[in-house]
Amino acid sequence: MNLFEVLGHYNYWVFSILLMVGMYAVIARGNLIKKLVGLSIFQSAVFLMYISMDKVEGGTAPILQSGNPGQLYSNPLPQVLILTAIVVGVATLALGLAIVVRIHERYGTIEEQELLNAD
Amino acid sequence: MTIIFSLFLLTLLVIIAIAIVHTRNLFVCIALMSIFSLLMAVNFFTLDAADVALTEAAVGAGVTTVIFLTALRLTARREKREGTKASLLSLCVLGITMLLLIYATIDNPTLGDPNAPVHVHVAPYYLEQTYELMGFPNVVTAVLSSFRGYDTLGEVFVVFAAAIGVLFILDARKGTGPEYRPEQAGLKHHLIPKAVGGLLVPFVMLFGLYVQFHGEYGPGGGFQAGAIFATAVILFSLLEGEQAALRAVPRSAQMALVVGGASLYGFVGVLCLLMGGTFLDYSVLMQDPVIGRQVGIVAIEAGVGMAVCGSLLSIYHAFAARHPMEGRDESV
Repeated sequence: MNLFEVLGHYNYWVFSILLMVGMYAVIARGNLIKKLVGLSIFQSAVFLMYISMDKVEGGTAPILQSGNPGQLYSNPLPQVLILTAIVVGVATLALGLAIVVRIHERYGTIEEQELLNAD
Repeated sequence: MTIIFSLFLLTLLVIIAIAIVHTRNLFVCIALMSIFSLLMAVNFFTLDAADVALTEAAVGAGVTTVIFLTALRLTARREKREGTKASLLSLCVLGITMLLLIYATIDNPTLGDPNAPVHVHVAPYYLEQTYELMGFPNVVTAVLSSFRGYDTLGEVFVVFAAAIGVLFILDARKGTGPEYRPEQAGLKHHLIPKAVGGLLVPFVMLFGLYVQFHGEYGPGGGFQAGAIFATAVILFSLLEGEQAALRAVPRSAQMALVVGGASLYGFVGVLCLLMGGTFLDYSVLMQDPVIGRQVGIVAIEAGVGMAVCGSLLSIYHAFAARHPMEGRDESV
């Protein structure tokens, strides 16, 4: 594996690491807000993977340039998928946080172990 | 040069992600999360995704941070330490999974390979046909609002449903009850927020309008514009207090934006049906199919912008207007 291949896959490696870092927060941390933060990191990692796939060498953002017929453009499709996913992501995150707020009001804690002990 | 820059950014992302998971102070965690989102936006920009970068910067670094902070105010500020047995096991399992994932990515096409399978399927069709069919150059907007209009309709309704869910869970429907007291005072008595924030609000709004109506020709569109508008109103609310923000954009107006935006999108689709086309086939709206598509896209982008702006605002106010429970342990 030469240097070119290493650099060409670096985005995907970062994606794998971020995915697992986010997953670790979801699994191993007991704080519910920390779990949601971990979920956000996990989600961002998936976004990074999709956006890494759209890149075309020598291309530019997919906004057509009429005076420049030979121009290469990056793939618009992953961008569309992720654009909407980001907005949906914040809405669902807010839903999760609302549930956490209600849990805190009911039990006085957002630590998983204390919640398990309380029931 | 660009490649060194993006290597640096990606490495920084990993470091920040680890710091986010490591810190026990949840305020630090949220602040780092905001930086993480901003770096992610820069990364998206270097990967040619201008529209996505704009969305991530407005939503990830702006709105998400504020919503996290309002939720933090209602819960705990610090995370408690727990046993490490479960975390050690999960660390091992996740480490092995990570190595497997990295091993699997070696078969992926390298970054920027023009012959990768993802680039040879439907993407060339979109790039070739957009100008002919729509008459404007931003392919991302064209795919979002016309080629894949069904998807976007679904996404708008997911955002709509999530906003309604938050309002019900936090019981902010009527705006009454003992725990519902909008804050009177803002940050206006501090010099720097007053000087800088007050100047910024009108320009952020102006930029939101530009992004909304120039979305067919440059990076932008309804999702970004809705988020930018929401950040402007949230900034105003932080400066002047929530009462002032609720006077400017009352709860009923927020709900009208959410419902009106989602219905406008659906209505355009049904109108296309009534005028003899298929659902969301805008070409029948006008005599000239290209003009018809443009009219349809402007209308549904306006619907998306309204729905996103209204949802984010109502979510923010639902969190911000709620007060911490009495007798809560402040010392933790």
